[in-house]
Amino acid sequence: MINAVGREIPEELLVNGKEVYQGKYYMDGKYLQKAAPRNRRYEKPAESKIVETIADALKQCGAKDGMTFSFHHHLRNGDFVANMVMQAAVEELGLKDLTIAATSLGEAHDPIADYIEQGKVVGIQTSGIRGRVGDVVSHGALKTPAIIRSHGGRPRAIEAGEVHIDIAFVAAPTSDCVGNCRGIGGKSNCGSLGYAMTDAKYADHVVVVTDCLVDFPNFPASVEAIDVDAVVVVDSIGNPKKIASAAARISQNPRDLMMAENVAKVIASTPYFKEGFSFQTGVGGPSLAANLFLEKYMDERGIKMGWAIGGICGPMVELLKKGKVGKVIDVQDFDLDAVNSINQTPGHYEMSASQYANPANKGAFVNKLDFVVLAALEIDTGFNVNVLTGSDGVLRGAPGGHPDTAAGSKVCIIVTPLTRGRMATVCEKVVTVTTPGDCVDVLVTDYGIAVNPLRPDLIECLDKAGIPHVTIESLKEKAYSLVGRPDDLEWEDKVVAVLEARDGTILDVVRKIKPLEL
Amino acid sequence: MEILKSAAAGTLESSDCMVTVEPGEGITLDLSSSVMNQYGRQIKAAVLETLERLDVKNCSVTVVDKGALECTLKARVECAVFRSSDASSANIPWGGAVR
Repeated sequence: MINAVGREIPEELLVNGKEVYQGKYYMDGKYLQKAAPRNRRYEKPAESKIVETIADALKQCGAKDGMTFSFHHHLRNGDFVANMVMQAAVEELGLKDLTIAATSLGEAHDPIADYIEQGKVVGIQTSGIRGRVGDVVSHGALKTPAIIRSHGGRPRAIEAGEVHIDIAFVAAPTSDCVGNCRGIGGKSNCGSLGYAMTDAKYADHVVVVTDCLVDFPNFPASVEAIDVDAVVVVDSIGNPKKIASAAARISQNPRDLMMAENVAKVIASTPYFKEGFSFQTGVGGPSLAANLFLEKYMDERGIKMGWAIGGICGPMVELLKKGKVGKVIDVQDFDLDAVNSINQTPGHYEMSASQYANPANKGAFVNKLDFVVLAALEIDTGFNVNVLTGSDGVLRGAPGGHPDTAAGSKVCIIVTPLTRGRMATVCEKVVTVTTPGDCVDVLVTDYGIAVNPLRPDLIECLDKAGIPHVTIESLKEKAYSLVGRPDDLEWEDKVVAVLEARDGTILDVVRKIKPLEL
Repeated sequence: MEILKSAAAGTLESSDCMVTVEPGEGITLDLSSSVMNQYGRQIKAAVLETLERLDVKNCSVTVVDKGALECTLKARVECAVFRSSDASSANIPWGGAVR
């Protein structure tokens, strides 16, 4: 069946009430029956929940074949915990047919690719998939198609019971002996633990893995002891150097700066740019640099930002400290400036992934967002964006909060160079639709700006401000004139990944790539 | 032009390609590319067309492409051929063949 972004979705996936994507806000007003976890009672007082090893914790939680384990990615590319747990489960306990439900998987999780190839891990559900795991899944090694969801779609699926987590693992920079966890105060700090919060509330069992045991009570806690079954103390939960970079630096690349300046110009031309506006930006070169130019316009007009959300990094904390933004609400931290600021700088708070972006709760933060500035691997002439598959069709990206913020915000701006190497970023048809075009409003490239025809109001704003813009078709033609028109990718029938829209409908599928024979 | 000895041009940097030519029987092409699935056919055509323009009949050519634009590809092939036939020290006949 063809869905609202023109993608053919195989009928065999449309079972158990699964539908194809039918446009943003399709599920608005419908009811959701929440699933509940089955929790063990700890009525008899115990001094501590500490167990010796991860294997012991697994046994205590009744780990068996076919279970679903969840992980969160606040330790980013420095994470050791997912690998340690999977090693204990597969190699010490001999478990098989396991499903991993992670908030993101990256190069740090390359060893898990072996367990996929050995058939020990048979399911992957994630918001990001890179490195060897992306490679082996793309080449068809996983028994069932991987399910890719946005950061908001994931808590929706967990709450709806579409993913039932048997054991959730919390990688905690600090914990006390009963499992009150925080992201700060230890030796592997990551700041916010926002993605772990929904998991801890909805999993049958929760195991905390920490490398810094602190006095009870470790408060205010991000994950609370009332949800935790066991605590394991290990030597190290991650490599601090890869958890948070020193400081996200603002790009000096003149091309990035030019695009960033144009992003700020577009924002300043709209009626939403007024006292108390809200904002989210990514940490890519031009997206981050937009902060700098935006500040200039804020000063000029004498206005302040009301609040900012998202993955947070230094430049946003800087604005908070200068009093130019009222509050920063944080689901994940990217650099040490942000890690050291959360719950310390007045006005810098933590939130859960559900509070951030879940489309099925009663109104997430993204729904109140004025502007979001995002990057893209590809964007097509229907304004559909791909941030998941490379131009060769291999899984190597992450929808993350992209589809959620795009759908929730009043103005969604994509900023990307027109070409990267020989790849046309603006193209006729993206390899995979991860953010539907009806959620994307403006495209800023180094060769010009295009506005989605669905937003005549924004076209008028740009015209009034004297900001030149062109059609997205003309940007595509420009790109192809530079790099040549690419051949269509060729695919086998096998579906290796299903891409869910944030509301749970099916947006696209990724098939096994057929290598080109010359 | 005749390939007298092995010669190479280019780098393995992103957006470049490394072209190596060696004496051979007829034309054989060994191609790998970071953009194989989308541009493999076009890269092959560009390499063969450049060799033909240079009137190279016998050559074994290896291309390791890192996403080079077509103009880069053609220049690298030309350069490798000129180097292999000792035509690269002076009066380089860019864009043509040494007849």
